[in-house]
Amino acid sequence: MKVNGEIIPVSDGLTVSSLLEQQGYQVSRIAVEVNREIIPKAQYDTHILHEDDVIEIVCFMGGG
Amino acid sequence: MLHLTLNGKPLCVPDGAMLQETALEQLPGASVIILNGFQTSDNLELHDGDSITAIEKGVMPPEDVLEHMMAARHSPYVHERMKRACVGIAGLGGLGSNIAAMLARTGVGHLILVDFDTVEPSNLNRQNYFISHLGMRKADATAKLLHEINPFIKIEHHNVRIDASNAVELFGGCDIVCEAFDNPDCKAELVSTLLSGTENIRMVAGSGMAGYGSCNEIVTKKRMSRLYVCGDEKTAAANGVGLMAPRVSVCAGHQANMVLRLLLDIETP
Repeated sequence: MKVNGEIIPVSDGLTVSSLLEQQGYQVSRIAVEVNREIIPKAQYDTHILHEDDVIEIVCFMGGG
Repeated sequence: MLHLTLNGKPLCVPDGAMLQETALEQLPGASVIILNGFQTSDNLELHDGDSITAIEKGVMPPEDVLEHMMAARHSPYVHERMKRACVGIAGLGGLGSNIAAMLARTGVGHLILVDFDTVEPSNLNRQNYFISHLGMRKADATAKLLHEINPFIKIEHHNVRIDASNAVELFGGCDIVCEAFDNPDCKAELVSTLLSGTENIRMVAGSGMAGYGSCNEIVTKKRMSRLYVCGDEKTAAANGVGLMAPRVSVCAGHQANMVLRLLLDIETP
């Protein structure tokens, strides 16, 4: 699967939560899109990722 | 005969008529003459469909002419597109207060402003408020300021804290919503909630504009199908890294310009 433009291997049953943990993201500060659909935070633990998924993760910086 | 508009009203002039004579004949005291969005002192030949604005400095025009004059420096047709749009601004701090002023100047017809907070002294280093606003709710203060900037737009404002429970209700009717919070968790929550809870809204967010690093690092990127992110995406506000007017205003300008581009159907950042 592709994460922010980079191809990375996907293991069976990988959820959005486990991907975020594996990639070292701070979950409270990010938004995730899978195949052009935003994933609500409540579905991070249950949404299963697949090999041909295209994933975008935006991590927000504080300040405004 | 040529069919023109002068200060928003139809005007017929003979073929071959010239700009300066036509404008001065209608308004002898005019010192600012704008042809199709471009201010000029050249005496150009007029063409059918031209739009002329003639302004006499120091004279308050009637209200119907004022709106036309205020929009005269936009390119033709931009004003009509802006007038029909509804844009939400979530948070009225350094980003939001400046975005709001820019979009009001641009003539966005309906702005929805939301913030729970009150103007306090440490806001004045970068936020679009004055000493006279200290102690006022930010939404009230911004709404008041925008009426002074452009009285011809609809301003809706709410003094409430935005969260996952009310974001769709507050902003569901918008074409575009600007994320303009300070706290990164709130930024992420708003973007996730609004993009997953609505079908068509596009969002323009700010991320990474603290400090005084080069402004050239602040860019606009299309990060998701309906999300644009402006900033350097790395410089967070932190102990020793403050938020200051120049970079915050540049980021706000990126956000406001992306809104303008989207409203003109340009989707590239």
